[in-house]
Amino acid sequence: MTAALSVEGLEVVFDRFRALKGVSLEVREGESYGLVGESGSGKSTLLRAITGLAPVSSGTITVNGKTLGKTRDKAFYREVQMVFQDPYGSLHPRQTVDRLLQEPLAIHGIADGEKRIERALDEVGLGNGFRFRYAHQLSGGQRQRVAIARALILEPSILLLDEPTSALDASVQAEVLNLLEEVRRRRKLTFLMVSHDLAIITHMCERLMVMQNGEAVETLTASQLIGHRVSQDYTRNLLRASEGFVRTA
Amino acid sequence: MSAEVVQSRREWLLSERPASRMQARLGRAYVAWRRFSANRLAFIGLLIILALVVVAAFAGVLAPYSPTVGDLKNARLLAPGAAHWFGTDDLGRDIYSRIVYGSRWTLYVVILVAVIAAPIGLLVGTVAGYAGGWTDAILMRITDIFLAFPKLVLALAFVAALGPGIENAVLAIAITSWPPYARIARAETLTVRNSDYIKAVQLMGASPFRIVLRHIMPLCISSLIIRVTLDMAGIILTAAGLGFLGLGAQPPLPEWGAMIASGRRFILDQWWVAAAPGAAILIVSLGFNLLGDGLRDALDPRSGDQ
Repeated sequence: MTAALSVEGLEVVFDRFRALKGVSLEVREGESYGLVGESGSGKSTLLRAITGLAPVSSGTITVNGKTLGKTRDKAFYREVQMVFQDPYGSLHPRQTVDRLLQEPLAIHGIADGEKRIERALDEVGLGNGFRFRYAHQLSGGQRQRVAIARALILEPSILLLDEPTSALDASVQAEVLNLLEEVRRRRKLTFLMVSHDLAIITHMCERLMVMQNGEAVETLTASQLIGHRVSQDYTRNLLRASEGFVRTA
Repeated sequence: MSAEVVQSRREWLLSERPASRMQARLGRAYVAWRRFSANRLAFIGLLIILALVVVAAFAGVLAPYSPTVGDLKNARLLAPGAAHWFGTDDLGRDIYSRIVYGSRWTLYVVILVAVIAAPIGLLVGTVAGYAGGWTDAILMRITDIFLAFPKLVLALAFVAALGPGIENAVLAIAITSWPPYARIARAETLTVRNSDYIKAVQLMGASPFRIVLRHIMPLCISSLIIRVTLDMAGIILTAAGLGFLGLGAQPPLPEWGAMIASGRRFILDQWWVAAAPGAAILIVSLGFNLLGDGLRDALDPRSGDQ
């Protein structure tokens, strides 16, 4: 299989702070790839660098065989879309769902807008009843569904997920994760998913990379992680932490 | 209209599941209107402004005499009475008629200044705030320079350069009143430019122009409307001030400020000549201020679930 997305020696520097220190990874087509690590380890920065939201100081990013330059063109955004972490902040407060979904279609000059919006809402499990609501009339899970619909409406092949469920409560989390799984299967999408929750990553992803302080610690498959066959101490600590509080007698 | 019809219309407007773009928009407007009309004083302000508009529109019907041609022989400086409700001025003109016609000029000044100054301020502020860097520095330093001059003095300078007249007064006031709007728009822009919903639009591939115009400006507009409404009183007073100094409206235009200026000469003996236009300015300014306060409560994006 070919690589849908590959990153080589990526460096991101914010005002002399090196947020990413030469990170490399390769995501195969149709694969779901996870990024784990503590807060500030650079996982989200990696996603933002790929989309062009964070300044890349060196390294190369290749999407579907095309190496990206300094700026991203419209064609890039039809290939790669992103779902943000906080559904309360990622929807415009003064726009209806309809307006939100229309915007990408208008930008890319796509004609069959009506049909696409209806299809997108159906796909994420929101009926037409939600179409003309404002963000404040939606629950957190519903908002995240709208955000997913917005990302999917351009029919990208790669979806970047920045902790898409960490702001939601447990039952809603499961619903959104199932929705993402289903969408991926149906559309044969490639996922690059950031999470600090190892359970979610092992559930959703085939391979994953552990990050710390802007560096890759190690690359694992999900089964290796489940079987605790890890080589680095940091990963072991992470695993222990994820098991939660253990009462010692 | 029966009570049930009213009830069902209200439900339709407040529906949590609007079925069309129109319904969503109307519902939103209705919520803002309810919040606005719950405020008594703001409602009074709105009534004053509506009355001003009606008077201006029907000045020809409402005014019993000509605003510019007086009866010099018989009607100079008459005290208020049945024939002349607010008395007459030194040229024998009916002051009530002049005030009625003057409302047109007041409205003309206020609307033109708002239409010129608010978009300039909005554009400069949002572009500066969104672009950042050099663009921001240059635009905001220009704004600072304009802000550093006292408004009336700068307006005076412009009128002196352009020549007296109400059009030039409007231009001068507009040129001096946009900087605060630019400041407000920039501040609002800075608070939203790094939000995820703007990032999301960037990730759609939207051009900066589109983002500023369609996503940032709508967020700045309500605070701008509030500010412009509150500034209306100031604009009227500046226009009146220019008129008073003889640099705004020129005789025989019935502009309120100019009317006070001409009444100044006999303010001790014939007080009504200056008092009537003064009261008109006071009432209209008050109306705009009350309206602005009410709009702040109704439109402020930081209040409630707007």
